[in-house]
Amino acid sequence: MVTQGARSTKEGGERSDVSGSSRRRRQAVIPYLFLAPFLILFATFLILPLAYALVISVFADRLVGGNVFVGFENYTQALGDPAFWDGVRRMIYFGIFQVPVMLGLALVFALLLDSGAAWFTTVFRLGFFIPYAVPSVVAALIWGYLYGPTFGPFSQIADYLGLQAPAFLSDAWMLPSIANIVTWEFTGYNMIIMYAALQAVPREVRDARAVDGAKPWQIALYIRIPLIFPAILLTGVFSIIGTFQLFNEPRILQASAPGVITNGYTPNLYAYSLAFVNQEYNYSAAVSFALGAVVVVFSYVFMLVTNRREVGA
Amino acid sequence: MNLRRFAGWIQFSVPTTAVTATFLLVFLATGCGSSSEGPATITFWSWVPGIKDEVELFNDTHDNITVKYVNAGQGADEYTKLRTALKAEKGVPDIVQIEFQYIPSFTQIDALADISQYGANDVKQDYVGWTWSQVSDGDKVYAIPQDSGPMALLYRKDIFDKYGLEVPKTWDEFASEAEKLHRAAPDTYMTNCAANDGGWMTGLMWQAGARPFDVNGARISIDMDDPVSMQVAEYWQGLLEDGSVSADPDFTNDWYAGLGKGKYATWISAAWGPVFLKGVAGESKGKWRAVPLPQWNVGESVTANWGGSTSAVTAASEYPEAATEFAIWLNHNDKSVDMLTTEGNLFPVLESKLTSPEFANASSSFYGGQKVNSVFIEASDEVDKGLEWSPFQDYVYAQMAEKVGAAAKGDTTFPEAMEKVQSSVTGYAKEQGFKVE
Repeated sequence: MVTQGARSTKEGGERSDVSGSSRRRRQAVIPYLFLAPFLILFATFLILPLAYALVISVFADRLVGGNVFVGFENYTQALGDPAFWDGVRRMIYFGIFQVPVMLGLALVFALLLDSGAAWFTTVFRLGFFIPYAVPSVVAALIWGYLYGPTFGPFSQIADYLGLQAPAFLSDAWMLPSIANIVTWEFTGYNMIIMYAALQAVPREVRDARAVDGAKPWQIALYIRIPLIFPAILLTGVFSIIGTFQLFNEPRILQASAPGVITNGYTPNLYAYSLAFVNQEYNYSAAVSFALGAVVVVFSYVFMLVTNRREVGA
Repeated sequence: MNLRRFAGWIQFSVPTTAVTATFLLVFLATGCGSSSEGPATITFWSWVPGIKDEVELFNDTHDNITVKYVNAGQGADEYTKLRTALKAEKGVPDIVQIEFQYIPSFTQIDALADISQYGANDVKQDYVGWTWSQVSDGDKVYAIPQDSGPMALLYRKDIFDKYGLEVPKTWDEFASEAEKLHRAAPDTYMTNCAANDGGWMTGLMWQAGARPFDVNGARISIDMDDPVSMQVAEYWQGLLEDGSVSADPDFTNDWYAGLGKGKYATWISAAWGPVFLKGVAGESKGKWRAVPLPQWNVGESVTANWGGSTSAVTAASEYPEAATEFAIWLNHNDKSVDMLTTEGNLFPVLESKLTSPEFANASSSFYGGQKVNSVFIEASDEVDKGLEWSPFQDYVYAQMAEKVGAAAKGDTTFPEAMEKVQSSVTGYAKEQGFKVE
């Protein structure tokens, strides 16, 4: 910035028609011009729809009576809606088990890759990441087929071996089945984030500790993990947000297990069903914002708790 | 180039480019729109396979109208797009395929045009009676019927022969044969109770004489728990408790495999069932037969309808007269109806096609040479007239799937589920501003 200013004053003598302040204004505008493509898309596809949703959430479009302004009625209804809170509770229960398992696996894989041989690293880095490259709809369809109670491969193999395969798409097993799909999809993604952070840990730190006589697992636990803590925090926040927004997998599996996955199975699925099955777009918008508020609260609490720990340590 | 010159360039070129671009866009947009002279171009949304051929035939034989065909998805997918277009008031097609049970949903929001003023009533006599009453309200007509799904029973002759089962003529006989089969072969079920399928369940209640809805403008009466519906619910609850019928969701991979491998001895199906079965259960070729649906009372012959759709003209259409002409031609012209029946595999609602000998006498090797169509032609005449749909049928179906699905799992009973459906649908109707009687 300083060099630009110097250049412009040098050339200022040549362009006497342009005043200094307008030149400065033009230069101040330039960063925004670079940001413009992103900002325009951001505004069009995020801000505007959010604003639209906010506006319709204070109305109710009834089959008889048309569009009516209802103020906060949709929100109070959402806050008192058992279907909504059941979904939220279900996601909390889901997240408590699935997120630590997934992040734990991602961490272990990242540490392994970081300390492994070169060929090992390349092959397995790609291998672990490929499930993330599979579109989640495709993944859910594949797993839905694999889970098939009578004619899915798992049941058929179990049958052949004389064992009883678990009823993957039943009430008791549905959440673990979905957790399996989500873990399969996203472990690789989280692993890459942690692996990248591990790569940034300077070798001297690790070598110094090794010289001191620390065993590999001690190095991992006491040095490498704390050093990549910001990356773990990042994946934690992403996972919390993703857990509450769970939609693709239940939606796809709903066709195979309609008695188990009700329209309010997850809050996001509930909002979708309200809009596209019940035609209650306004209420759906209110539920979406309510869900957003829940996600904000949980993410904030998570960051607060983990920040305090970091500061304390 | 240095930044100052770059900024200067931008300051000049961006506004100029913007202006030029806008000019071009406006120019192109107006160029792409339909001109006021020349043929009327109308858009037609449909998902019937092969209907493009009928559209082409129409375009070839009609100089003043050009129909643009768009496949906007099947069933619910298309309705979602239609609702979005209606809300945006842009991109609404002129003619759209709508199933019978969703017509009230769209007339409720005034999305369909009354085409009686363009001569729709002229063809009223040519269609099966109950289908016309579903697309009209007195003299007003909202759509032209295209195909239907009168219900009948498809059964596996080989399984019936193996276990010595008789073809049931009443529901009582059906239950006793089911028990017999269950005792002899625990892994084979008399049929599948598709608790997730609102259309299927409604069809069965329809056959028994249920009248769940009666809509009069802003007043609606909801009777999903009337004695007739409860009778059907209790009947199936008995079969479920016995374990003689399975409770798998239909139209899933597992279910198709079940049909092919003989897990289900019968399929309570509709007129589109035979061709559909051929497509998904190929390995059971030659083993299926069709008979009329079991009856509640000896000697009766009543059935119901499951599925079937129409061609509706939208109120937003700029060329309603042309659209009506196409809608009528598509579902009335001999050649077109012929193609719909043979290529689209639609079961006709045009009386002349239904009663044509070649249609009635078509035999099918998949059904061991049986003239399957004749069973369904008979059924078409026996559909219990007078069932009315609600203006929020997707909500009703979703509630039925959820509550009866829970009953199928054993969490509650089918009759209790129907009562729960009754209360949630009533609550929804009230929320939507209806006066519930």
